[in-house]
Amino acid sequence: MKLTLHRRQILWAYAFLSVSLVFFVVIRWYPAVLALNISVRDWNVFQGSGPWVGAANFQAIWEDLFKPRSAVRAAFLNTFKYVLLGVPLQLVLALGISLLLMQIRRLSGFFRAAYFIPYVTSFVAVAFVWNWLYAPQAGLINQTLTALGLPTQPFLRSPQQALPSIALVAVWRSLGFAIIIFLAGLQQIPEMYYEAAQIDGANRWQSFWRITLPLLNPVIVYLAVLQTIQFLRMFDLVQNMSTDNAGGPLKSTTTVVLEVYKEGFSSYNMGYAAALTIILFAVILLITLVQMRLLSRRVEY
Amino acid sequence: MFKSRKALLFTFLLAALMLVAACTAPAAPAPAAEEGAAAEAPAEEAAPAEGEVIEIEYWQYNFGARVDAMNELIKQFEAENPGIKVIHNSDIPYDNFRDKIAASVPAGVGPDVATLFYGWQTAWIDAGYIVPLPEDAFPPEMVASDFSPMVQASFFDGKLYTLPTAVRTLALFYNKDLMEAAGLDPESPPTTLQELEEQAVQCTVRNGDGYDVFGFVVNPAGQAHHWFREVLLRQFGQQPYSDDYRQVLWNASQGGYDAWNEFLKFETELETGRRDLITEPDDFLAGKVCFHIDGSFRLGTIAKNAPDLNFGVTELPEYNGIKSTFGSYWTHGITTKAAADPARMEASIKFLQFITTPEAGRLWVDMVGELPAQLEAASDPALLADPKLGAFVAGLPYAHSTFFVDESKDRQAIIDAYDGVVLNGADPAEELDFAVQTVQEMLDEFWAGRE
Repeated sequence: MKLTLHRRQILWAYAFLSVSLVFFVVIRWYPAVLALNISVRDWNVFQGSGPWVGAANFQAIWEDLFKPRSAVRAAFLNTFKYVLLGVPLQLVLALGISLLLMQIRRLSGFFRAAYFIPYVTSFVAVAFVWNWLYAPQAGLINQTLTALGLPTQPFLRSPQQALPSIALVAVWRSLGFAIIIFLAGLQQIPEMYYEAAQIDGANRWQSFWRITLPLLNPVIVYLAVLQTIQFLRMFDLVQNMSTDNAGGPLKSTTTVVLEVYKEGFSSYNMGYAAALTIILFAVILLITLVQMRLLSRRVEY
Repeated sequence: MFKSRKALLFTFLLAALMLVAACTAPAAPAPAAEEGAAAEAPAEEAAPAEGEVIEIEYWQYNFGARVDAMNELIKQFEAENPGIKVIHNSDIPYDNFRDKIAASVPAGVGPDVATLFYGWQTAWIDAGYIVPLPEDAFPPEMVASDFSPMVQASFFDGKLYTLPTAVRTLALFYNKDLMEAAGLDPESPPTTLQELEEQAVQCTVRNGDGYDVFGFVVNPAGQAHHWFREVLLRQFGQQPYSDDYRQVLWNASQGGYDAWNEFLKFETELETGRRDLITEPDDFLAGKVCFHIDGSFRLGTIAKNAPDLNFGVTELPEYNGIKSTFGSYWTHGITTKAAADPARMEASIKFLQFITTPEAGRLWVDMVGELPAQLEAASDPALLADPKLGAFVAGLPYAHSTFFVDESKDRQAIIDAYDGVVLNGADPAEELDFAVQTVQEMLDEFWAGRE
């Protein structure tokens, strides 16, 4: 068989793609299918097998949702709180900072780097640093409050303040990523639109609402979807910031993924944990689809 | 041209190979596990002839001092029993230990004798890794009279499954400098609950809403949940669980509620500290806490991280004339692999008997720093006089271990009940009732699954 140069190039492309495909199949898809299998079984981790129990695990989750002080219910409610608190705050802050960064010329590289650094820092390291900042009595924030004559706050030790405290760190941690994406989006908007608007007598506020925001829409949708998924999968920070009883105090910070972890790897209820991941997957899929439909309006000029 | 086509083919092949290899590998242990359970591992090897050396394998996770101590014990054992050779596998890191056991024992390979945490025992029995110890070699009466009462947790459904060389107990740590600064005598730490209350109050130094010195903080997320279950409840006349461990009895009598109130009292009434302001055990190491409940395993941490801390250790305070403490231990079991071959089983029994003698316990305390499991040690004047270990050794005759279905959830129930009262101002009795209900549901589910 004689291969043309073009065909050979395509074949090579497929060859390389197939290698990375193996990675996806083995590391991503195969475990996902396995999780589906485990979720319908009474799985024993020690034996690596278990009898078929149909929807019993899902039914157990459903029943647990309505029990008093249910950890699963708290996990779902908290997860939504993280999303509702974190995503809008993230987007507004990142957009504001990107607009400011667009204005400056001097030190702009330094500022961009400064905002981006937390994003390349490990979640666990971030969690430890913030644990110290939030620490009762000796923590930097509480020391500052004391110096200013204000009452100290319990932060992570309070059922009311713990979730917002952690959400804030999550926002801070991935702010840099959102800023970079926004900056790319802002640079895509042709200068001439603003010039034209200026000639027509539009002020800066009007230009922002009528030009910047609509043209940034694809970027906003992209970030909103991505960050929502990010917050729905909240785990590392909660696990490491509510250390002595992960998800506490009083289940006020626990998330779905944390419950999956605890059920699966601390209590060895693998079937239950797998069923929870399937539900979370369904929730993420649904929310993402709704978001994409609601947020992505086409804007043409 | 020809070469590049070959390379192309090779790349595809490589991808296919990786796929095949990766997909079959994780699936492999499963069928092996089923086979092992069904076929009961037929005795492949014929019984060894006279004079032949029997090899058995012993496994534990990798921890320097334990490995050295066991090597020494094996050397002594082999000198006494020339017909038995013990292969010591201690290369497995702690995190992988259970996985390794899970992958090998059901397949009929791996250890004949293995070391496990006492809390894992039920799971190991359910998974079919370990077999009951024969009563003629390990009479229950001998275990009851010679070993610390905490070792009763090695009995399951009336049968003894494992036996330890060494154990750990809880005791009361106290900071001598802080006691002195508060006008207390650092040589007479509290011996009763009443004294603990008084001295903790006297030692506390407040600073506005916060604390410069915590007198005594009850932290259920640390060791204090054990203190409630196995110490306070018993001292207030309420045993924590029914004898068969089917009923949670924390609120079964007024004594239970009284114990619970005593547990809460230090934060809610005496104000000797607040759990939400403390970091344990760091604050004790930093010299900010007067009294602190912890295990013998903490001595190493302190020696390493706070060598200058001027502290002492005393027995947990008594109440109603009752002394109690919580104990936990690493214990040794004989696996189904050994049980499949009479000769290896016999050798394993001899080995297990050897490593659970008082002599083995003494060697262990010298080399590892854990307490001997045999009560004989508790009457050893040299050990009792040890300024740090003495208090823990003194606890051996009255130490209890808890049979946990799921320790982290049991602990969580107590943490949540405590936080409910101190953070949300909920009714203490209602919170205790709810914790009991939570743990009871767990026990019910566990026992229902076994019938």
